[in-house]
Amino acid sequence: MAASEIAQRKQLLAVESLTKVFGTLKANDGVDFDIDEGEIHALLGENGAGKSTLVKMLFGTLQPDGGQILWRGNPQIITKPSFARQLGIGMVFQHFSLFDSLSVAENIALSLDAATPLSKVSAEAERVADKYGLSINAEAMVGDLSVGERQRVEIIRCLLQQPDLIILDEPTSVLTPQESERLFETLELLRREGKSILYISHKLDEVKRLCDRATVLRHGKVVGHCIPSEETPSSLAAMMVGENIHTIRKVADEAAGARETVFSVNKLSQPPTGPFSTALKDITFDVPAGEVFGIAGVAGNGQFELFEALSGERLQKDASMILLRGEAIGNKTINERRMAGAAFSPEERFGHAAVATLSLADNVLLSRHASDAKAYLSGGLLRIAKPSALKSTLARIVKTMDVRKSGDNPDAGTLSGGNLQKLILGREFDRQPSLLIVDQPTWGVDAGAAARIRQSLIDLSKSGSAVVVISQDLDELLEMCDRIAVMSEGEMSEPQQASTVTRETLGLLMGGANAGQAA
Amino acid sequence: MTPEIATAIFLTIATAATPLLIAALGELVVERSGVLNLGVEGMMVMGAVTGFGAAQITGSAYLGIVAAIICGALFSLLFGILTLSLATNQVATGLSLTLLGLGASGMIGENFIGLPGVKLKAIEIPLLSDIPVIGKVLFSQDLIFYISILLTIAIWYFVFRTRAGLTLRSVGDNHTSAHALGINVLKVRYLAVMFGGACAGLAGAHLSLVYTPQWTENMTAGRGWIALALVVFASWRPLRIVAGAYLFGAVTIAQFHAQAQGVAIPSQLLSSLPYIATIIVLVLISTNKRMTMKNTPASLGKPFVPDR
Repeated sequence: MAASEIAQRKQLLAVESLTKVFGTLKANDGVDFDIDEGEIHALLGENGAGKSTLVKMLFGTLQPDGGQILWRGNPQIITKPSFARQLGIGMVFQHFSLFDSLSVAENIALSLDAATPLSKVSAEAERVADKYGLSINAEAMVGDLSVGERQRVEIIRCLLQQPDLIILDEPTSVLTPQESERLFETLELLRREGKSILYISHKLDEVKRLCDRATVLRHGKVVGHCIPSEETPSSLAAMMVGENIHTIRKVADEAAGARETVFSVNKLSQPPTGPFSTALKDITFDVPAGEVFGIAGVAGNGQFELFEALSGERLQKDASMILLRGEAIGNKTINERRMAGAAFSPEERFGHAAVATLSLADNVLLSRHASDAKAYLSGGLLRIAKPSALKSTLARIVKTMDVRKSGDNPDAGTLSGGNLQKLILGREFDRQPSLLIVDQPTWGVDAGAAARIRQSLIDLSKSGSAVVVISQDLDELLEMCDRIAVMSEGEMSEPQQASTVTRETLGLLMGGANAGQAA
Repeated sequence: MTPEIATAIFLTIATAATPLLIAALGELVVERSGVLNLGVEGMMVMGAVTGFGAAQITGSAYLGIVAAIICGALFSLLFGILTLSLATNQVATGLSLTLLGLGASGMIGENFIGLPGVKLKAIEIPLLSDIPVIGKVLFSQDLIFYISILLTIAIWYFVFRTRAGLTLRSVGDNHTSAHALGINVLKVRYLAVMFGGACAGLAGAHLSLVYTPQWTENMTAGRGWIALALVVFASWRPLRIVAGAYLFGAVTIAQFHAQAQGVAIPSQLLSSLPYIATIIVLVLISTNKRMTMKNTPASLGKPFVPDR
């Protein structure tokens, strides 16, 4: 876009030294930025940088402690969401704020002003949906819709209020690349109509592709304004994190193909385990020593069930469906699998991987009391924990993984998401497992910690272990994996070579196309 | 069967069904907002004793009804303050409310025992009550019966056809989302809880002013619990509650007659029949999982604390 064009635009929203304090934490500290009419403006920042707090103040769910918000040049105190809507600010939430047991039309009606008769909502919603290419059935129950469809409902709901400014909070985190592309087309259409969009993301290539200007937040402060098209993804990342992120080193492996198979899964099938569960269908793959094997897919396509089956949370009748170093372990429990050399890191950190109210040393014992009984337990049948041995292991993990914590041995609940994840993975690395299966290794983890986690997973594979990574983050998988397979509706695609596969191919596989069609 | 006998039977069934219907409709609104109030029994018995006492003192059954409604609403407000503002556990608080109601009503009603009550008179609606059979059945009843019928229709329309009803359902489905939309979750729930309390109070007044116009301790005899069960088994739908309440009433009356005739079945078994029959029928009609899922308030029983 030409600079002269930008200069002619009128300012829509300006934020001046906006501050919000929670206790001793300055979630937003003197934030300044502005958005013009017909502009897509990016708000970039890591988890915890203060993006959500800022947006909540713009939408009236939080009140600022200092500074002001100017709307079309006039200072406004936005006391509640309905007032924000009245001004012309609409919001599409990151975690959808939809009602599962209500129909699409009813969901939409709830956010329209009370004067709209309920009977007219359906027709109006479908009219707007058609205009912006967001096809949707107004009578469907929201609980039955896919994630992408739910997002469309959110967007339609927002557009029906005819906002001048639309706030989108991490909109593509749940979409396939193709669905994201459709979203971008809708957003570009809106921009052409003169609407402004505040686009919150930490995905740099999207921001570069879509946004006119960007404001970067770090630790609650604005660290810079820039024009994304003039930046590189790494320069944007450096602004976000405050230092250059170490790029991950993945050295091509000469011996690839000639190595022994550590882990194989043969025609693993499993019926659905509950009303909202996905069946697993004929899943087959091998992972040789030294390989990082990636499993991609949109959430809810059986990855969770697959992890349960591989880790032994759910046992298989046919033991030979899962082989570890040639040993059939399909009917073995988690601890038996650990003793055979496997290690696991589930998606949910609390309640699955760690216990928030136990100390870090106790959490170390949780996954290792069986596999390393000699090291950590004494007293024969009494099985008494040895605190000194646990403490020294903890110190080793903390050192190698750079876990930042307060105090010597605090409760796990006091750690931030990234540090806890480093501890959980460090606990497994420390055993030198021959197989590590990890689900969403960097979910909710800041960029610095995420880079470290990825590097340590690659290092583990280099040392001769097989590593299986289940993730929804395609960039992450492309960065660290040797091969990537895609889960779709409980089926797994042919594994693709990460060095040659395109994002488009993976995207099609995520959408359910078979390998022949996608390639 | 002559029309006279049929009419008499229906009237007794309606009398047995009306308090259940009213209490269950009130609880339906409460649960649709996502609050589980297990104190229905306690609110009902408080309504019964207040209604009886107020009617005694003023000599007017109508003032008794008004007093019972106010008493039920205020009593439920106590539950509201505890569970909504102070976010206590709804199950424990509801159970305490029942225990408190049973105890307090016994104390308040100590001097009422044995007194002849003031019976609520039937209102004959002109012209309509002259229709053969139906006139007697539908249009020569007491005020609370008419209210119960109007309430059923009004609540059905309110819940499924009005915006306020949609707001109520949205709060019960996902209070976090409702809050994000700017809906005042606690206000909706307070209103729902107090409406439920008022209904339970009215249902109690029916017991002590119509069903058996006198006061005996613990006179609700578990009807509050049946009302609670009706709401769940009726999948939170008003018209099914009518069916359940009338079925319960019918079997209650049938087993009374069976006992009076000296049928050779143990009386305990006969007394439990209405409960068993109602539950079986309602379980059978709620086997459609999808419909049940659609109607179950997803945030039922979960406390809501607005985030910072």
